[in-house]
Amino acid sequence: MVLFAFLLLFGATMLAYFVNRRAALSMRAGGARLHSLESFHGLFAALSVLVPVFVGILFWLVLEGAVVDLFMLRGLPAGTFDGLDSGASQLIVAEIKSIAGGRVFGTPEAWKIEAAERLVRYHRIADWLLVALVAITAAILLWVARRSVVEQFRARQGAERIVLGLMIFCATVAIFVTIGIVFALTFETIKFFQIVPITEFLFGTSWEPQIPIREDQVAAEGAFGAIPVFLGTIVISAVALFVAVPVGLMTAIYLNEFAPQRVRKSVKPVLEILAGVPTVVYGFFAVLTVAPAIRQFAASIGVDVAPNTALAAGGVMGIMLIPFISSFADDALSAVPRSLRDGALALGATRGEMMLNVLFPAAIPGIVGGVLLAVSRAIGETMIVVMAAGLIAKMTINPLDSVTAVTVQIVTLLIGDTAFDNPKTLSAFALGMMLFLATLIINIFALRIVRKYREIYD
Amino acid sequence: MYDVPHGRNEVAVTDVKITARNVQVYYGDTHAIKDVNVEIESNTVTAFIGPSGCGKSTFLRCINRMNDTIDICRVEGDIRIDGDDIYDKRVDPVQLRAKVGMVFQKPNPFPKSIYDNVAYGPKIHGMARNKAELDDIVERALRRGAIWDEVKDRLQSPGTGLSGGQQQRLCIARAVATEPEVLLMDEPCSALDPIATAQVEELIDELRQNYAVVIVTHSMQQAARVSQKTAFFHLGNLVEYDDTTKIFTNPEDSRTESYITGRIG
Amino acid sequence: MTDITPEQTGSNRSRSSTELVRQSLARRNRKQKVLQGFGIAAIFFALSMLVILVGSLISTGYPAFTQTHVELEVFVDPEEVDTENLSRGNYDDMIAASLGAYFPDVDMSSRIASREVTQVLSSGAQLKLRDRVLADPSLIGETITIKVPASDNFDQLNKGLIKRDTPEENRRLNDAAIANFDTLDAAGVISAPLNTTLITSADSRFPELAGLKGALVGSFWALLVCFVISFPLGIGAAIYLEEFAPKNRLSDIIEININNLAAVPSVVFGLLALAVFLNWFGMPRSAPIVGGLTLALMTLPTIIIATRAALKAVPPSIREAALGVGASKQQVVFHHVLPLAMPGILTGTIIGMAQALGETAPLLLIGMNAFITSAPSGPFDSATALPTQIFIWADSPERGFVSRTSAAILVLLTFLIFMNAIAIYLRSRFERKW
Repeated sequence: MVLFAFLLLFGATMLAYFVNRRAALSMRAGGARLHSLESFHGLFAALSVLVPVFVGILFWLVLEGAVVDLFMLRGLPAGTFDGLDSGASQLIVAEIKSIAGGRVFGTPEAWKIEAAERLVRYHRIADWLLVALVAITAAILLWVARRSVVEQFRARQGAERIVLGLMIFCATVAIFVTIGIVFALTFETIKFFQIVPITEFLFGTSWEPQIPIREDQVAAEGAFGAIPVFLGTIVISAVALFVAVPVGLMTAIYLNEFAPQRVRKSVKPVLEILAGVPTVVYGFFAVLTVAPAIRQFAASIGVDVAPNTALAAGGVMGIMLIPFISSFADDALSAVPRSLRDGALALGATRGEMMLNVLFPAAIPGIVGGVLLAVSRAIGETMIVVMAAGLIAKMTINPLDSVTAVTVQIVTLLIGDTAFDNPKTLSAFALGMMLFLATLIINIFALRIVRKYREIYD
Repeated sequence: MYDVPHGRNEVAVTDVKITARNVQVYYGDTHAIKDVNVEIESNTVTAFIGPSGCGKSTFLRCINRMNDTIDICRVEGDIRIDGDDIYDKRVDPVQLRAKVGMVFQKPNPFPKSIYDNVAYGPKIHGMARNKAELDDIVERALRRGAIWDEVKDRLQSPGTGLSGGQQQRLCIARAVATEPEVLLMDEPCSALDPIATAQVEELIDELRQNYAVVIVTHSMQQAARVSQKTAFFHLGNLVEYDDTTKIFTNPEDSRTESYITGRIG
Repeated sequence: MTDITPEQTGSNRSRSSTELVRQSLARRNRKQKVLQGFGIAAIFFALSMLVILVGSLISTGYPAFTQTHVELEVFVDPEEVDTENLSRGNYDDMIAASLGAYFPDVDMSSRIASREVTQVLSSGAQLKLRDRVLADPSLIGETITIKVPASDNFDQLNKGLIKRDTPEENRRLNDAAIANFDTLDAAGVISAPLNTTLITSADSRFPELAGLKGALVGSFWALLVCFVISFPLGIGAAIYLEEFAPKNRLSDIIEININNLAAVPSVVFGLLALAVFLNWFGMPRSAPIVGGLTLALMTLPTIIIATRAALKAVPPSIREAALGVGASKQQVVFHHVLPLAMPGILTGTIIGMAQALGETAPLLLIGMNAFITSAPSGPFDSATALPTQIFIWADSPERGFVSRTSAAILVLLTFLIFMNAIAIYLRSRFERKW
């Protein structure tokens, strides 16, 4: 039915185009001198039908489900939800919906079947209403557009204004996404801080989010002190940078100054492959190869290490970041003007001295920007740590121990059923907020450094 | 020119095609053109000469409002073509540019076929009702651009494959295809070799039959060869404007004389 | 240069400076050699890690591309089949009976005794027989030859992944089970053909029956949704910002915003999708449409940035030429600039799509890691995606899933290589030097 509405709209759009084009053509044939070409008259009509109705349909689709549910709920026997918490009432609604969808489990109560039937009926009515509305608005817009075909009408400007408006809308989508992120995180985080005090979250040293879901369940008390989680992220990121920064910088220095053209041409794209490998693959690599190798090595020198060490997760993450750092450093080194290099070489410096004493110091701001972006990558990286790091939050900075990370907690807390009224789910959003803020600050800082650096030499 | 239906008859062609009064141009804070007054005649080649950075190209680009595309550029004063103010709010710069063609310093054919290069303008302005008419327009334009004989057998090959001189004549053909009344040329020969330059100069002289041609050039010899009127610009001022022969033989302003004789520039 | 200190020059005034330079040169060159050595070592480290990564995936993954099968002569007993409802029949027993032919000593009518023998076969064996009969009911009463998959442990045994020389108590198969397998092997009914199940089936709890079809179809729908949304939005935004936007505060904010959005961790997009799409808008969980929507938001900055770069690369002379013959600004862009920038835009888009294909974390948060045993028939059905399927299998305890995870990764990497190859081809084929 929705498809039919779209087809109807499509048809009306085509009709608008051809009707107005024909009208303009015949006016021109009658000797009138139109301001705009006939195809612009057509385009203007088509756009003025398409855009508003399309937006209307989208709004309808977003709102339809909620409105129909509301109508269905109003028709339920009084007192259905008395004494039920939100989880149980959601369950009833879900059951009615699944009956409406034709999936019946067991023998539901009669009133549920009745509600399901009403739900189906409402949806059918809503669908018909949508099609009718589309038809009526499209017809009105068609009529209005047809009347616009007159000699002086600036159809090209009109059509171009609509197109420009669409493009502005596209450009603002990115802003809406950011606003959406900020709103979603803030909203849920505030709900979390109403249950758990913000001071406990920020300064508590115990993280045990597995709280009892039922009253009588035997489980831990639940503690939401995020310090050990932050610490885990820091330890893993530090290990990653410890691997990636020296290797990446050395690679960049060699490729930028010493490597023969052929080596540079072939090594750079191969390194880029490392950057293109999905993180879930790195995660599996850490579990399959790196972690056992570390354990074996540790056992051979008589040290017992955890199976999911920070070292394995961080090390693999470091490998992932090598091309990131090396390409940033390479760009920064290449951006240093030739005159500086030539000046140093003309003084009789070896190429090594030129690199270490002139190029590298000159490129440091750009490199620092790149490293900062790598830091934000590392703390936001999810799959490697989810697969290779631990789940238990520990207050330790020992990289041979098992630690957890912010992203690990977000994912494990939200996998499976999620109810938006318990602190376990909400704490994930609080962690997400922290992650977002941290990466945002680092990114803004890093991008500013990189941009400043480019401006110096451009 | 005006953005209203062209119902009225064209006024009889007067001698003066373009009138500029008190034109000022600013680039941000820089005052690039200072109070220029000039009258440009039909069926005449008018040359703008002067040292680099004197504002001759800037002024040329005012005549078809190409300066509108530069954000920081601001034009004041009054420029009229056939008595109509081209900076009037109601004027659509797009339609203006169809009437005032332009040829640029470097040949800039679209990376399309020779045919499509010439046909593009007529197409977007709806000047042809069908393919045959369009073919006709393209042929006429290419003939007027004095390049028809060289390309008639390969109209579908890319315009970028031509030699520099051919490319520039193609661009001239493209500019005349929209049947403009004025043709602006911004140093059209600066990127060409002497032979190609001679061909283009010859073409410019022919074009005078149908258009008011305004040409910016850094070569005084060229100005002397092709133009009937010459305007000398210096530091944003229009120093002197007169018949070409007069400017080159008996200039009134000392600055003009210095430039002609090679003392400034 | 730094090695010549003032003291040296002062005390050795008599010697010429060339002499001095020559003396220190060997040491200075050695230092440079050391620097170069570090560089080569770093590259070697990075490249060897890549080799180890790919090597370990291939070496663990290649066994999954074959699957041990057992060829059986099954008599489709009319008495065991419910002719009213063909899908109800005692196919299990028919298989067991045919297997019994090779084990005359085992009483196949006893469930417990026959279990020892039938455990060689996958629990999906009877389903395979059932599907054959359902497709062609005339087979009832006939004896047919059918190849059924062996169960995971015996598959591992056949591939040598379960070693016969491990002590019995440490082995997952006891000696009797191995002997049973060897009996079948001696009878020549064991074979290991190409594992088509890997592509033609959806997920299963049994490694020998699990395949990637559901994940591939799920990823296809998600990417399609992602493309349909992010491509037009991205190009529209890029054209506006590059060609039309006035230089003002708002444009600056949008610009900074897009650059930052490109660096927001992917898991945060997952949180956005969970809170907004699932919780507020009530969109379906685990559905590719939501996954695609989320991926589209993540891909958007990539496409915008690539498109802007491609637009910027079109020289201004083309714009002037078109403006000069009286094209409007939008005509200039849509007739000339955009077509010329298209190869660059497509390259950037394909690379963005490749990133989206490998993205996992946001899909986990919207539930695309559910256990779903059938391929989705549309973007609104529950589904997994290729990377989330890898995550599920990597977490599964059965041995057979280790090699299947590697195999799935190899499939994913093949797609990524393919997409990147197209991008590289486009770039080299259509790249224009101005």
